[in-house]
Amino acid sequence: MSGLHLKDLSKRFGNFTAVDDVELTVPHGTFVCMLGPSGCGKTTLLRMIAGLEEPSAGSVVLDDEDLTPVPTHKRNFGMVFQSLALFPHLTVGENIAYPLRIRGIDKDKRRKRVEELLALVHLPDYAARPVSKLSGGQRQRVAIARALALSPRLFLLDEPLSALDAKLREAMQVELRQLQQKLGITTIVVTHDQREAMTMADLVVVMGEGRIRQAASPMEIYRKPADAFVADFIGSTNLLEVEADSVGRAVFLGQPIAGLSLPEGMAKGLVSIRPENVHLTENTNGAIRGRVTFIRDLGGTIETFVEAGGTIIVAVTTPRERSNVEAGAEVGVTLPAESCVVLQQ
Amino acid sequence: MRREPPRTIADYAPLAFPAIMLIVFFVVPFSTMIAVSFFRRQQGGFYTPDFVIDNYGRFLSAFFGGVLGFSLALAIMVAVICVGIAFPFTYLLTKTSRRVQIVWLVCLLSVLSLSEVIIGFAWSTLLSRTAGITNLLVAAGLMSEPQALLPGFGAVLTGMVYQALPYTILMLYPALVRLDTTLLEAARTLGASPLRGFINIIVPTLRNTIIATLIMVFVFALGSYLLPQILGRPQHWTLSVLITDQAIYQSNMPFAAAMAVFLVLISLALVGLTLLAGGRREATA
Repeated sequence: MSGLHLKDLSKRFGNFTAVDDVELTVPHGTFVCMLGPSGCGKTTLLRMIAGLEEPSAGSVVLDDEDLTPVPTHKRNFGMVFQSLALFPHLTVGENIAYPLRIRGIDKDKRRKRVEELLALVHLPDYAARPVSKLSGGQRQRVAIARALALSPRLFLLDEPLSALDAKLREAMQVELRQLQQKLGITTIVVTHDQREAMTMADLVVVMGEGRIRQAASPMEIYRKPADAFVADFIGSTNLLEVEADSVGRAVFLGQPIAGLSLPEGMAKGLVSIRPENVHLTENTNGAIRGRVTFIRDLGGTIETFVEAGGTIIVAVTTPRERSNVEAGAEVGVTLPAESCVVLQQ
Repeated sequence: MRREPPRTIADYAPLAFPAIMLIVFFVVPFSTMIAVSFFRRQQGGFYTPDFVIDNYGRFLSAFFGGVLGFSLALAIMVAVICVGIAFPFTYLLTKTSRRVQIVWLVCLLSVLSLSEVIIGFAWSTLLSRTAGITNLLVAAGLMSEPQALLPGFGAVLTGMVYQALPYTILMLYPALVRLDTTLLEAARTLGASPLRGFINIIVPTLRNTIIATLIMVFVFALGSYLLPQILGRPQHWTLSVLITDQAIYQSNMPFAAAMAVFLVLISLALVGLTLLAGGRREATA
């Protein structure tokens, strides 16, 4: 089987299990984002793929070759570290040429390759500059160019954009994605920023407590989260406790949700619905009754907080479709069944 | 952090204490020594104020030139060997657990509590024929009969390296403990073996620390005057030994002072050259 295959990969530090039995297949040319809160094991998983951390169990297989016993320096993976780890005593050009120098590639070819890579990351004519004279975004690009110097089999990035300010980060996300598509290289990025993952990834791997909670395309993760953890972590969501009535319909606060039924045998469950899919009506007939507690007008969008039976439901609308409600008003909340995802409680 | 530049005399007040200390304990004694080095020696004991350069003139002989060369070479060797041993050792030490590090550092600090005299006599026992380490080698069947390893150059070098090593490690430790570990990991992902990454990346990154440590150990070793006498033959005596000899046993203060001033000037010149060479490499890098 071609591509990267993680087989039952685990890592334990003493009593603590950082990565627990991870199984994942990544086809060639895929852009993967490992997403999760801090301490979920995503960085440890990346370090095991790179060979910087020895797995307690399981194996890392690339194109049917078991890489688990292969030391880091013989794997030919490019890696960008969170700290970037640029060598402070070398210039930009020398940093990028370092892997080429180690392979004994001659000077002219090295210089040509450095120019090529600097053009790729939009930093032409920077070769002679000392690393210490670069801005954050430029250092980022140099680290990327250095990691790509040997045309690696895998491109690994550990929270690469976390040190940049928000605006630059968004620009770099787009640039990184375009670069990956141009080179067609299998790329794995570790991040805790779900917007970053949604922007760049073909495949989002959501991790929690050392396990993979869901691995799917960004849209599927967003629309069909596998469990409450994923639903809550990706974007914002309303998680509502529902019960099944005698015919299996989902009932929230005594009000059946039209067209939504719980799977057979499930008496209680959670319904996840994104705020932009929640509708508010002034007519409370056939809707969940609630009271508006707070309105946050962000200009582009308006968030309306509705309290119903002790639960806060958030609805997001654009100003154009804004219903004319004030804080304190009684409203009806309707939940379209096609936007609801039923989850195990 | 930005600070206001000092404006009034009162702003300089905090400098007064260190300045007084420096003047009383360094500038005054050192000036006295420079002055004495130009005085005329009185046969039979003392010296009279004068301005003669005989003391320096006497110094320009093959004998003193040889001793000076030997002293400098010995100090350089001690510095290089100490850093050569201490750098990899300290690097590996920083990779161990906190508890192991503390035990090692406490042991090293305890070596500092030994005086030069104790170190000298301990090594003269360890290297002797009757009670030395060669007896262990004989017992292990590696040697046929015990040998005396002193007096000799090897014994002097061993003793001085032993004495300077804890200082070297303590000087390298803070820099190595703060070193960004991802630098070596980055080198490994770029295809460098751990050893190659260490030589290519870790050593050059800490070049300034290494140079500073070399200079410190060099100066430290230059002042050693007991170990060469206890562990070496007269041809292994350093300039510091001769200065002591002139000052205390020959009662020739002016000549001893002249030698001391000369030694300080030569050391300063060497340190300056090292810094200059380091600075130039930085500029071209």
